[in-house]
Amino acid sequence: MKTIRSMILVSEDEKSNRLGGRELFQSLQAALQEFDLQEEVAISTITDLGRQDALPMVVVYPDAVIYGPVTPADAHFLVEEHLYKGRIVERLLAPAPETSDNASWLSARKGALPAEQRIVLQRAGRIDPESIDEYIVNDGYAALGKALTEMSPADVIAEVEKAGLQGRGGAGFPVGRKWGFVAGAPGNPKYIVCNADESEPGTFKDRLIMEGDPFALVEAITLAGYAIGAQEGYIYIRGEYGLAYQRLKNAIEQAHAYGMLGKNIFNSQFSFDLHVHAGAGAYICGEETALLESLEGKRGEPRSRPPYPTTHGLWGKPTLVNNVESLANVPPIIRNGARWYRTYGTPSSPGTKVYTIMGQINTPGVIEVPMGITLREVIAIYGHGMKPGSTFKLAQTGGSSGSIIPAALQDIPMDFESFRKAGVSLGSGALLICDQTTCIVDLAKVLLQFFRFESCGKCTPCRIGTQWAYETLVHITQGQGQLSDLDSLPKLASQMEMISHCGLGQTAGVPMRDMVKNFRAEVEAHIVQGTCPAGVCPMKAPKGAAKKSKRAAEHQAAQQPAG
Amino acid sequence: MADTLAPETPQATKDQLENRDIPKIVDAAIKKHGRGKDALIPIFSEINAALGYIPAQAITEVRRQVHDPANQVLVSDNKLFSMVSFYHMFSTKPRGRHVIKFCESAPCHVVGGRQVWQALCDELKIQNGETTPDNKWSLVTTSCLGICSVGPVILVDDDVYGNVTPADVAQILAKYD
Repeated sequence: MKTIRSMILVSEDEKSNRLGGRELFQSLQAALQEFDLQEEVAISTITDLGRQDALPMVVVYPDAVIYGPVTPADAHFLVEEHLYKGRIVERLLAPAPETSDNASWLSARKGALPAEQRIVLQRAGRIDPESIDEYIVNDGYAALGKALTEMSPADVIAEVEKAGLQGRGGAGFPVGRKWGFVAGAPGNPKYIVCNADESEPGTFKDRLIMEGDPFALVEAITLAGYAIGAQEGYIYIRGEYGLAYQRLKNAIEQAHAYGMLGKNIFNSQFSFDLHVHAGAGAYICGEETALLESLEGKRGEPRSRPPYPTTHGLWGKPTLVNNVESLANVPPIIRNGARWYRTYGTPSSPGTKVYTIMGQINTPGVIEVPMGITLREVIAIYGHGMKPGSTFKLAQTGGSSGSIIPAALQDIPMDFESFRKAGVSLGSGALLICDQTTCIVDLAKVLLQFFRFESCGKCTPCRIGTQWAYETLVHITQGQGQLSDLDSLPKLASQMEMISHCGLGQTAGVPMRDMVKNFRAEVEAHIVQGTCPAGVCPMKAPKGAAKKSKRAAEHQAAQQPAG
Repeated sequence: MADTLAPETPQATKDQLENRDIPKIVDAAIKKHGRGKDALIPIFSEINAALGYIPAQAITEVRRQVHDPANQVLVSDNKLFSMVSFYHMFSTKPRGRHVIKFCESAPCHVVGGRQVWQALCDELKIQNGETTPDNKWSLVTTSCLGICSVGPVILVDDDVYGNVTPADVAQILAKYD
C-alpha cells in the first residue's frame, strides 16, 4: 500500500485561475518531481477553500497550514522548505481570519486554522471504538477508578456541580444539581437513563460520541450511577442509529469482561449493570417522560409533571435522565478537576459544546469548541465560509425546536446565558446555515410539517395547533395568505407555548414567531404582492387543492376580533 | 402517521406463509429480549425487520406469550396495536419489497431535498405513503435520520444515500430488483 505523508490542496476557482492557479498547480507538481516527493506527497485541487482574500491558496495537510496568495514562482521554494525540509514558509502564510476575543483561547496559529477544543470528542476518530484496551490506554476508566477509590458519591456530585456543567440536551439545566435531586430522593432502587434519542433534525453529535467513543459513555453512566446510588442503567438510543447501537452493545460486553461493569467494580462495594434499548422512531421520545413511557413498552406520550422523574421516573422509581453529551463531559471533569474544566468556555457556561454545522457552507460536519464563540466565527473558521455565491441569511439553531437567528444576531456569543438574553435558544447544538435561496415561509412550513408529523396527539393545543399553523403557512406559500395571519400566527405560537403539555408543543410555534419578528417584510411580500422573494414558493394553489379545512377556518374566524 | 386498524385481508399465499412463521419469529424475539414490558418494543422491532410489517396475527401472538398478570405484565391486543401504531419505524400494513425513506427535515430541505422528492415521485409515479402497483417500492417520508452533513439523504431499505441530486435518483433505484 502506498503511504502518503502529506497532502497539498490547491484552490481552483475562477479567481484563482485568473491569478495563475493552474500554473501554480503544475509548478508544484514539477517541484515535487524534482525533490522526488511524488510518491509520498499527494496533490489535488479543491474548488473552494472558503476564503476569497488570499487566492490562489495552498493548504498543506496534516499540518493544516494555509498559504496564500501563492504564485507559480513560489512553488519551488515552498516545496523545498515545507515538504522537503519541513519548515513553514512564514512569508507565504495567508493572513489569519479576523476573530472576536471569544476565540482568543483557541490555540490559533498564524495562518493556520484555530484548533478545535476537544474534550468530549477527544478520542473520537483516534482510537478503535471497538477496543476497550485502546480506550484504557487513552485515559479510559481513570475517572471511574479515581471516583471509586478516592471519592465518595457526594464528592463526585460536588465536583460536577463545581464545574458548572449544564445539560447539553437543550435546556441547559445544571447537571450536578439534578444528580443531587436523585441522590437525595427517597425510594429504591434508583435508575439512570441516558437519553440517546437524538431526534432534533440536524443534530448528530450524540451519534458521533457513541460511534466514536462508546466506552466513554459507558464509563460516564457508571460514574453517574455511583454518584446517585443506582445499580442499573439504560441507554435509550433511537432506532435509526444501528451502528451506535452495535458499538454500545459491544462496549458493554467488553466492560463486563474487564470487570468495569457488574459486581464490585474496582473491588469496591459498587455494582452496576447497563442495558441498551433501541427506540422505534418517535421524535417525542426525546422528551424525558415520553422516553420513560417508551422504555416501559408503551406509547411515547409525555407524563404530567410534577412529579418529576427525579422522584418518580422509570417504573415509578427515582430516575436520572441525562443527555449523551452531558454525561460524556463527566469523566474528564472527574479526572482533571472542576477548576481545569472552568478554564474552557465562559464563566456562566463553562466547557465546550459540540455543534453540528450544515447547510450552505463549504464544510458541513461536527465541531467541538468552547462555549462563547460566535456564529460568524463558526461559519468563517470551521464552516470554511459560505458556499460560493451564497450570502448568509439566517441560521436555524438547535433543530426544529430551536430559534431562527437573523444576520443581526451573528455576533452574539454562543453560550446559554447570552442566547437567553437575546431571546433565542441554543438548543441541541445544530446550526443550519441558510442563504438567500431559502424562503422563510417555506422553512417555517417545513418545520411545522415536522411538528405536525411528530406531535403525539395527547394534548389538543399541540395536535390542532401544529395542523392549523401548517395549513396557514401552506396557504401563504400558495399566495392565499391574509394580513391577519401575521397577527394570528404569533398569537397561536404563544397560546401553544402557554398551554401545551410538553416541550414539543411549547416550542412548535417558535419558527412562526421568529419568522414574523425578523422577516415580516418577506412574509408580507407573499401576502400583499403575491411573490416569493426567494423564488421558492409556488404562489398558486395546486390543481384540485382542497379548500382550507373547516376546522382551521373556524379557528381563524374565532381569532379575529368581532366586527 | 397513524395507520388505521385494518384486518389483514388474506389474499396472497405469501402472507399465509408468513403467518405460519409468526410464532417462530415471536419465539426467537422473546428468547433474545425477554418477556418484560421493556422488551415489547425490541420484540416488535424484530418482527418488523423479519416481515417488513407487523401483522395483526403477530400482535396476538406477542400478547399470548407476554401477558402475565402474576408478574404485572398486563397487555391486550388493542393496547399493543396502539403502541405499535405510535412508532414510525413500525408499519401495520404490508409494504413493497423495498422501502424508500426520504428525509423531509429542514437540513435536507434547504440543500435541495425538495427537488429530490419531486424526482422520486416522478420516477416511481406514487405519492407519500403509497406502494407501486407491482409491489416493488414503497415511498415514505421520515423525520431526520441524523446524517445531516451529507443532505439530502434517502434510505433504501438499510442503505443510506447522501448528497443525492435529482439526477442520481434513477441510478439509485436501478440498483434494486
